[in-house]
Formats: sequence, C-alpha cells, structure tokens
Amino acid sequence: MAAKKTIPVKKVMAPEGPVAKNARVWKFGDDIDTDAIIPGRFLTINNPDELAKHAFEGTRDEFAKKVKQGDVIVGGRNFGCGSSREHAPLALMGAGVKVVVAQSFARIFFRNAINVGVLPITCANADKIDDGAKIRLALQQQKIVADDTEYSIEPVPAFMQGIIDAGGLVEYAKTIQEIPVCTR
Amino acid sequence: MSATIVEKIFSHKCGSEVRAGDVVMAPLDGAMIHDITGPLAIQKFYEMGGKQVFDPKRIIMLFDHQIPADSIAAANNHVYMRKFAAEQGIHNYDINEGVCHQVTIEKGRAAPGEIVVGADSHTCMYGAAGAFATGIGSTDMGFALKFGALYFKVPETIRAEVTGKFQRRVGAKDLILAIAHDIGADGATYKALEFTGKTIRKMDMAGRMTLCNMAIEMGGKAGIVAPDKITWEYLKGRRRMKPFALDSDGDATFAERRTYNVSDLEPQVAVPHNVDTGVPVSKVTGTHVDQVFIGSCTNGRFEDLAEAAEVLGRKKFSKNIRVIIIPASRDEYLKTLKAGLIEKFVKAGALVEAPCCGPCMGGAFGLIAPGEVSLSTSNRNFRGRQGSTDGKVYLCSPATAAASAITGEITDPREV
Repeated sequence: MAAKKTIPVKKVMAPEGPVAKNARVWKFGDDIDTDAIIPGRFLTINNPDELAKHAFEGTRDEFAKKVKQGDVIVGGRNFGCGSSREHAPLALMGAGVKVVVAQSFARIFFRNAINVGVLPITCANADKIDDGAKIRLALQQQKIVADDTEYSIEPVPAFMQGIIDAGGLVEYAKTIQEIPVCTR
Repeated sequence: MSATIVEKIFSHKCGSEVRAGDVVMAPLDGAMIHDITGPLAIQKFYEMGGKQVFDPKRIIMLFDHQIPADSIAAANNHVYMRKFAAEQGIHNYDINEGVCHQVTIEKGRAAPGEIVVGADSHTCMYGAAGAFATGIGSTDMGFALKFGALYFKVPETIRAEVTGKFQRRVGAKDLILAIAHDIGADGATYKALEFTGKTIRKMDMAGRMTLCNMAIEMGGKAGIVAPDKITWEYLKGRRRMKPFALDSDGDATFAERRTYNVSDLEPQVAVPHNVDTGVPVSKVTGTHVDQVFIGSCTNGRFEDLAEAAEVLGRKKFSKNIRVIIIPASRDEYLKTLKAGLIEKFVKAGALVEAPCCGPCMGGAFGLIAPGEVSLSTSNRNFRGRQGSTDGKVYLCSPATAAASAITGEITDPREV
C-alpha cells in the first residue's frame, strides 16, 4: 500500500499496549468459525462492548466472564472461518482482546481484524502454546514469547501494513481523498 | 500471455496485465449490503467521512436475514438502512425480494467479467454468473461504498474439472460437499475455485449457483464458472449485455488442478460440526432428525424445490418432525407456486415461509434446542449455527432432505 508516510505501529496498539503485562492466553483449536465467536442471534448488536458479553457464548462461556483487558487469543488453523460478520473481531475488541495469534487465518476475518484494529499474528507453531500461558509480543524481532518459549511469527503482508500503521481502515480512509484506481 | 479467468477479469478492469499475487486497487461494478452487516458498513462509511456513495445505482440493498423484523433491534437496523437508502438515492429491495445472493443474480446485478463485493461471505455465489465476486467485512464495505474501489490480492485459481453424469437424485450439492471434503475447510484459502468440465457445461444455473456459493466453505475467495450459452441465456431480460468470450486459457498457471467424476457419486451428507466432513449418505442413514430445512441461497431455487417435490411424490412428511421450506426469492416462490408445489408441500405437512434466510443462520426463527438434530440444505453446520450449541446440523441436497423428511431419519433419496 502506498501510504504517504509510515505512522509508528503503536497507534493500533493503543496507549496501554495491545497485550497486558500479565496477559494470559485463551487457547482455541482449529477452524474456529465466526458463529462460535459471536452467534447469529446477537448480530443485531453493533456495539463492541455489548457484543463482548456474548463472545464465545455456548462454545466457551467462561471467556466473556473472565477475559481481561489485554489478554490474547491463540488458535490453530483457519481461525475466523465462515461468516464475514465483522461483529466477530468487534466482539473480541470489546472484550479487550487486541491480538489473535493463529497458525493460519480465514481470509475475511484476517482483513476485518486489521480493519477494526485487532492484530492477527500468524505463527506456525501457535498450536504448541498452552491455554493460560503468559504471553508477550516482540514484534520488532518478529517473535512472540509464551511461557518463556520464543515463537517466530510471519510478517503482515506489505499492503496491509499501511492500514495497520494508520490505525485501521477508517483512519486510513480519512487520509485519502480519491483512490487511484488500479494502483499497484 | 496465458491467464486464468480471474486474472483476465482483473486485467481488464485495471487496464493492464495483472497476475495472481498482484495487489491492486480495483474498481467495483457492484456492492451488496443486507440487514445484518449493512448497518455497520453504513456507520463505517460515515466514520470515514463519507457523504455520498460512489454510485447509488451500483449498490444493491435488501433485507433477508431478519425479516419481517423479529425484534425491535432488527426493526431499528432496517429503519437505519432505509434512511440511508433514501438519503443516498439507493434502490432498496427491502424485505420484498428474498435472499441477497439469489436476488443479486436474478436482478442482473452481477454479470460476466464484473467485480462485485458483498458484505456477506456467500457473495462468491455470483461467480455462477461469470463475475468475480467476494465477501468482505463491514469496514471494507464502508470503504467500497465511499470510493467504489477496493484493494484485492489477485487470487490464484484451483481448477476443478468435473466429468460424468449424475445418478438420479444426485446433483450439484452432493458434488460440492464431496469437493469440500476433498479440498478441506481451508484448502482454498485466498484462492479462487473455478468449476469446469463437461458436467459443468451441462449444469443449469441453479446448480452452478450451489457450487459457487460454497467456495467460501473451503476458504475460497471466489467461485467461478466461465460464462457460456447457459449463462447468457439466463441473463437475457435481466441484464443488457452482449455475450462475449471469457474463460481461463488451458495453459494458464493454476495453483492446482483437480478432477472429479460424478458418475459413481453417492448423495453426500456433511456431518456436524464442519462443512468438509461430507460422507456418503449410507454412512449416516437412519440418523434421527427433528427438523428439516429446505431453502437458503445454496438450495432454495425452483429447481431445488422441484427436486424435493419429485422425491416427495404422493407421500406425506413425517408427523414426528418439523419441515420448513423457504424459496430463496419472490421469483422462485412464484415459480414454485405456479407449479403447484407450494400446495403440495403444505398438504404434505410442511411449513412454507416467505423468501428469507430462515433457519440457516440461526438468528431469526427455526432455531433448534439442545440435543436436537437439524438436516439442512443450507451451507453451514457449525456448532450453534442453527440455535443451541448442543444441537447438531447435517447438510445435504434437497433430494436427501425431502427423502429424510418423509421418513424422519436421514434417508438415501434413491431408495424412497
């Protein structure tokens, strides 16, 4: 993406950082679909805080009750598959989760997450991380550290980095007046 | 230079040769929003400083997920979108026409060579009309509404070549469940899935829509069938456009080529709780069901309902289960009505509802209780998709659904 200037990454990370000091991992498996993240019957809600009350309802009820600001979700393969509902990353955001680590992501969730300011991190060995692990990010070193074990992560595609740097797609869109169609 | 159909569409739209892997800001021919993801998209449009949409004529708006409004919250979302349509001069089909994807194709709002986005994952269905179409989230849609363009990574293509002749009461849904099982729930992530081969060339639009609809269930960015006589014939009266040739070159670079022969294909059933779990119906025959749903963008067309009616014959549906039948659109409803099938279904004991998404997404009505089993012609069987997370959803074809609705348990439609 041809961003005019690169804004430091911290913006999407929020002032207190995306991952709290004592952040814990909420571990999930493969093929976590967006129906599981936020069931269809709650999609009339558009407010992240309200959505967060129903995150993983029926799938993992303790999550909404016990999740803390700055916790991290770790999934396996194909995280966020299924419905395009942006309510899914919004529900996580409302729950205070600003980082999701997974072995791989479904395409629409990946893009939605970045657009709303949840950072999706692709980590080939995410399945090795335990539920409840202490976790921190070392993005500059392309690493995350969970229970003192280091895991390497994949860089975000270059054209998405511009949106992350701007603080999400809404903020990015505000910086442009007209779109040069078919720019590459 | 050889290219896939998808590469050709992007190259044409962008006025220069693009290939899989290129990231382009491509102009949009259409953008679809509905009552679930639309309100957020409109909100994002305003947050981006949007004042006027790029082109009201290219925006498709309708309500289908929660209609008629099933809650005050849903009613409010509808009001919010109606206001936006009036303010922007967008034609709003409102609650009157049916399921978004069926209506978009039916109204000629997606055509060969076009790039169309929709704030719904099953937007990939428009590939049946020869368009490149993909599902996006609400913020991307806000951007699309404002600028009429969106960033795309031009996808690689998996080419599925299908040959052979279907057995009686086996069809497109069985094929796509078999393909999903073969490719896996994430096997086509970031890729387009192109369907080709003799079987596809003979397949009607209804079947092609069923195939393309479920590309997303393999993670696919788009499903597509190269336009041919059948496509152009369907578009007559729906869209003014001179037929032109558009197909992948035989020597284009594909991510993969897969071949399928349908001659021996058994009816398929996807078992809980993933779509790529398709098994031959014989493996699950006799499984008790509590509710059968025949409908959705995947299988709610006249052809689907006619097949269900053919299987039903003069029989009645089991008294022990609920049978819900929902045509995918007003047009499909009328065709079904005129053919006398609505009366037939009602007399056989079914509940026939007005065109909408119905129980497919478990948001409006037709939800299942803990421990209950739903057999559905829709596209997803995720845990909790149709109600309780302690319920189970099986996916199948309209023929298998009808056969099972007669017996009250999963049944091979060839044996009814």
